[in-house]
Amino acid sequence: NATGEQSLGSDGRSRLLMLGAKRSGKTSIIQVVFQKMSPHETLFLDPTAGLEITDVSNSAFVQLQILDFPGGYDFSDGKLRPEVVFKHDAAIVFVIDQQDGQEDLAAVEHFLDVARLAHMVNPKLSIDVLIHKVEIDSDSYHDDLNERVRHIRQVIIEQLREEQLDIHPTFHLTSIYDHTIFEAFSRIVQKRVPQTSQLEKILSGLVENSRVEKAYVFDVISKIYIATDNSDLDHFYELCSDAIDVVIDVSRIYSVSKDSKGASGEGGSIFPYDSKSGVVIRMENNYVLHLREVDSFLALVCFMRNDPQINQGLLEYNFDSFKKAVAEVKARSIASLRSGGT
Amino acid sequence: MASSKGLKKVLLMGKSGSGKTSMRSIIFANFLAKPTMRLGPTLHVDHDNVKFLGNLVLNLWDCGGQDAFMEAFFNSERSQTFSGVHVLIYVFDVDSHEHKKDMDQFVSCLQSINELSPEARVFCLIHKMDLIKNEDDRNKLLEERTEELAKIANPRKLTVFRTSIWDETLYKAWSEIVYQLVPNVSLLQEKLAKLCKLCGADEVVLFEKATFLVISHAITSEHQDQHRFEKISNIIKHYKLTCGKTQARFRSMEVKNSTFAALVDVFTSNTYIMVVMTNPRIQCAAVRQNVQFARSYFEQIIKSKQHA
Ligand SMILES: Nc1nc2c(ncn2[C@@H]2O[C@H](COP(=O)(O)OP(=O)(O)OP(=O)(O)O)[C@@H](O)[C@H]2O)c(=O)[nH]1
Ligand SMILES: Nc1nc2c(ncn2[C@@H]2O[C@H](COP(=O)(O)OP(=O)(O)O)[C@@H](O)[C@H]2O)c(=O)[nH]1
Ligand SMILES: [Mg+2]
Repeated sequence: NATGEQSLGSDGRSRLLMLGAKRSGKTSIIQVVFQKMSPHETLFLDPTAGLEITDVSNSAFVQLQILDFPGGYDFSDGKLRPEVVFKHDAAIVFVIDQQDGQEDLAAVEHFLDVARLAHMVNPKLSIDVLIHKVEIDSDSYHDDLNERVRHIRQVIIEQLREEQLDIHPTFHLTSIYDHTIFEAFSRIVQKRVPQTSQLEKILSGLVENSRVEKAYVFDVISKIYIATDNSDLDHFYELCSDAIDVVIDVSRIYSVSKDSKGASGEGGSIFPYDSKSGVVIRMENNYVLHLREVDSFLALVCFMRNDPQINQGLLEYNFDSFKKAVAEVKARSIASLRSGGT
Repeated sequence: MASSKGLKKVLLMGKSGSGKTSMRSIIFANFLAKPTMRLGPTLHVDHDNVKFLGNLVLNLWDCGGQDAFMEAFFNSERSQTFSGVHVLIYVFDVDSHEHKKDMDQFVSCLQSINELSPEARVFCLIHKMDLIKNEDDRNKLLEERTEELAKIANPRKLTVFRTSIWDETLYKAWSEIVYQLVPNVSLLQEKLAKLCKLCGADEVVLFEKATFLVISHAITSEHQDQHRFEKISNIIKHYKLTCGKTQARFRSMEVKNSTFAALVDVFTSNTYIMVVMTNPRIQCAAVRQNVQFARSYFEQIIKSKQHA
């Protein structure tokens, strides 16, 4: 197979290792989050036969290499050595299909095998567990589902404790059919973005100094948010992340490509997001949502009270300052990368 | 055809599991595609009156497709089911393994309609198209079915659409269906064209407020994407649903980048309007003004009871 060890990047990108049983949903997740496949189309996906690598370098802050392993991958086959795969810049995203119908928790056993192996190579490795195919709006069997999820989590934690392994996975309940998968990936990716805490500070500043109630910085291609302010209001999250779909989907229809005027629409290869991209959505209850471009493929999305007292000029000024602050963070990180590299 | 107070009887038929209730819920009851997987089969008939554009009432008959019910519709309940029908929508499931039986049932249905409501418009939906992986195969299948159905129905005319609850094809089909029922359509069209010119816009589109189905549009420059209005319906409806989850209520939006600006706002009491501009010299504020002035005039056209 062409994708062997040698293709595992050493270019400073962090690697996400997608592991889990066959048909647990690994490829679907990658396709939905990073390739814009719509969820129901994943029904047609073929099983993954060999390691598949997706490079993600959308915005300045999201630089990843995602490794899609064949289901139930066995590291003892010698093709991919654990000491290469799990080395320092990697992180595990382990997918457990909550509805696989296996009473014996084979998926949990598999997880523990992988965790032990990875821990031996790299004790600091971060591990996220996605308890997947949890559709929140399917109210049928809700108690069953809660019980199953609780059980999976408990067995894992107890086993790790019993073996005295210093591993503390973060659990997420996810489904590709709603925002949960994007929220989980946001949290996973934030751990790998060194600038997140600086961006958080700037966002918190914006919230303190204006009528903004909640603000996010999103990577628009993946819909992953890489930072938010320090308030714990999270009920605006879906409104904000869905505004990304609005700007992209509408722009995909109406953007006129510059070189060949009139030839917009289908071609679709150019991503219709530029320095003038923006959305304003007004609500009946006097709230308003603003989405603004802040850097290539990055958007500031914020939810605020629509106060007629506030003049448009002040708002523009706040957004402009924000944009400048983000540009500084970016410049600093490029500079430190250079000086670190030589 | 005498219609009392804008009440329009719409029959939804097709075998059980073909997707009738799903599409009805998405179009008229603000469902998302995903939760339809939980719907149980419709027993006998689900009656639903939905208000449309204020003065129109669609009297929907969602007819359960299990054999026993179909049997009853064609025999003991024939006259009450098939008389006074304005629109028949017949749904075929692409995933069905009983092609012959489906066609036989459709023939029985046509016979009853021809006899009891000869003036009814007939639409066939080839549904669940998403289950076919390849776009070429989808188009080929649609062509085959259209030909087959036209032959069966001859000399009666019918319109065939391909649909899926997962994309804009559903809105396309239903927009064209309800379009038949909208009063004053031609006048509306004409005035919308004027408004479009006045604003210097590329296009202006009118959506019904509750369903976001397209009821009229005017354009001044060609656009390649034939399904764009339905895509917009889909995008906005999704966003409205998200708003609903957080108790926010969507009112209007403005989307732009360096090449265009699109404005979507409440228009008359039963419609939304979208104005799309690519001319950078045009100010959104000026367009808002024009739209504001046009409001009451359009309100009158839409409210008027006289049917075109
Ligand atoms: N209901 C539901 N189904 C899902 C979800 N995610 C994935 N699936 C379905 O799960 C099936 C398997 O998905 P894949 O992505 O191919 O699984 P995989 O883990 O890559 O499988 P291998 O490559 O064989 O290891 C597909 O039919 C998906 O549509 C989810 O969140 N909910
Ligand atoms: N793949 C696919 N499934 C659909 C579509 N429309 C409906 N369904 C599914 O078909 C099943 C039966 O739908 P339902 O509306 O109850 O059918 P009815 O008996 O005709 O009312 C449900 O599980 C729906 O989720 C579609 O366009 N594509
Ligand atoms: Mg796979």
